[in-house]
Amino acid sequence: MNIHEYQAKQVLRRFGVEVPEGRVATTVEEALAGAQELGYPVVAKAQIHAGGRGKAGGVKVCRSASEVQAFVNNILGKPLVTHQTGPAGRVVRKVLLEPACAIAREFYLGLTLDRARGWLTFMASSEGGVEIEEVAARSPEKILREAVDPAVGVQSFQARKLAFGLGLPKETVGSFVTLVHALYRAYVETDASLVEVNPLVLTQDQRIVVLDAKMSFDDNGLFRHPDVRELRDTHEEDPREVEASQYDLNYISLDGNIGCMVNGAGLAMATMDIIKLFGGAPANFLDVGGGATKEKVTAAFKILLSDPNVKAVLVNIFGGIMKCDVIAEGVVAAAREVHLRVPLVVRLEGTNVELGKKILAESGLDIIPASDMADAGRKAVEAARRAAA
Amino acid sequence: MSILVDKNTRVVTQGITGATGQFHTRACREYGTQMVAGVTPGKGGSDFEGIPIFDTVEQAVRATGADASVIYVPPAFAADAIMEAADAGVRLVVCITEGIPVLDMVRVKRYLVGRGTRLIGPNCPGVITPGQCKIGIMPGYIHRPGTVGVVSRSGTLTYEAVHQLTLLGLGQSTCVGIGGDPVAGTGFVEILEMFEKDPGTQGVILIGEIGGTAEEEAAAYVKTSMTKPVVGFVAGATAPPGKRMGHAGAIISGGKGTAAEKFRAFEAAGMYVAKSPAELGITMKRALEETGRLSAAS
Repeated sequence: MNIHEYQAKQVLRRFGVEVPEGRVATTVEEALAGAQELGYPVVAKAQIHAGGRGKAGGVKVCRSASEVQAFVNNILGKPLVTHQTGPAGRVVRKVLLEPACAIAREFYLGLTLDRARGWLTFMASSEGGVEIEEVAARSPEKILREAVDPAVGVQSFQARKLAFGLGLPKETVGSFVTLVHALYRAYVETDASLVEVNPLVLTQDQRIVVLDAKMSFDDNGLFRHPDVRELRDTHEEDPREVEASQYDLNYISLDGNIGCMVNGAGLAMATMDIIKLFGGAPANFLDVGGGATKEKVTAAFKILLSDPNVKAVLVNIFGGIMKCDVIAEGVVAAAREVHLRVPLVVRLEGTNVELGKKILAESGLDIIPASDMADAGRKAVEAARRAAA
Repeated sequence: MSILVDKNTRVVTQGITGATGQFHTRACREYGTQMVAGVTPGKGGSDFEGIPIFDTVEQAVRATGADASVIYVPPAFAADAIMEAADAGVRLVVCITEGIPVLDMVRVKRYLVGRGTRLIGPNCPGVITPGQCKIGIMPGYIHRPGTVGVVSRSGTLTYEAVHQLTLLGLGQSTCVGIGGDPVAGTGFVEILEMFEKDPGTQGVILIGEIGGTAEEEAAAYVKTSMTKPVVGFVAGATAPPGKRMGHAGAIISGGKGTAAEKFRAFEAAGMYVAKSPAELGITMKRALEETGRLSAAS
């Protein structure tokens, strides 16, 4: 789960990270009042779940009320397109205002999981304010890394290695070490999956400032952090994905026209892949999981058919524990209930497969049976092509 | 021959009184697995269909000589269950539970260092040596004894591979689901090492997913150290960056972990690449033919 910059800063403040005093505004009036309280100049920053806001015109230093008015009026309620949002952009609903500071140098500081090792790892770079991936690709030697032994947590010497490695003035090393400890605590105690300060700023008056902050969280850990869960902003998510999550379905919206319903994440991805191999394009990723009931299958059908691009549906189920006859009954009931109007290709395999196929054949529904994965992919692509023609 | 489990493996179920634990304990016993004990704290002294239940894993191991455990407890308690099994000296722990917080697994992995316990999973279908021992939730009847090893990050896609092999008359030595989470107890490389050493395995199918670098590490190992043919497939070639495809580990981030990169690594390592998930079995058959191992495999 992702959260906004202003929320990340609120979370980090709770763990003792010094962040700029800010004001969040949802209207021009609130923005003007906030800027007045902070005193000019202020920085106004559009709040969306995507990076690259600065380059896209979503961040502005304002020296007067009229500049705040013009900028906020121009950006609120409108989509902001950055290189991370896709062409549709994300609608800006909030603006964060902070006092402007005089920047001497910019750094990158992040904490995330090194999957290969299974340890959390700090990454720091003297090239702040840009995409860390770019730095990693162009000049990996410019990224300092400190892996944290989970048995003891991050140690001060590790923070000092980063600080001196970045070339911070020695007067600021103490506050940098404090920051590293606080970021680690914030990560571990909220079950985060990413904490990133980019840029971390050294000001001209020799202070360390968390200028921008980003936090993401491990969905599997949210159950023990109800306060974090409340920070979710469903405006930032696809409405069909939000609905699917209510039924405990794993749904991801894609650009194609073949709706997919599959059990298991790996098989679901492989089903998308085979559609592509036959020249089609999947409209979604949808994993109904291991214990799908008739109700869940119906909900899944409704969600994938609510996508107006869907011209055909492919159901690919390998029933292990899940029995094929139960799935077949669910598919038939769902197809009736939603008055299915697009071609439906069904491939069933596994436990009770013959019974399942019999239920489909006797349903009176216009179902295109497929004998294996390749057959299913081919038939779904053909059906979508005919329906689109 | 086989890896990890065989007919002598004695299994304790952790979380045996839950619906999932009961269902699969019964299914594994029907398959022929020696299900010798169950653990549910507070239910010690009772039994599940004749299988004795204990309060702690330590008691279960002492009383029954169990050397493997399978875990079905809910995600919030799974890390504790894994560490309890390791503390009791269980040789092999198979964790089926899906949805364990990543940081719990970071701690578990650290705890297991130096303890002599191998963890498979979490978030996996389990391990099966066909005809001998099934530990987990995979449907037993699609398997048949033979000499192809299967290792996979996915569940149902593994069943798909096994089904294709069985239809072609190619049985399996052992099938291992290593799980779809970012932090897993056992990786591809360790399982490949075991298959390479196992005289009962003639070839291996490796099924990866987008995200992370486990497939690239596996390819590097195949290149330097495998004499047996390895077939590789990666699910998720059509997945867009930044979207988590069901499994916590299946996400392309920062442009890394794409299927294209992984397929390239497989090819560079001289692996047999299955371009389509419908061609896993047939690619294995071709690999066995070309290396003169088919007669030993059928």
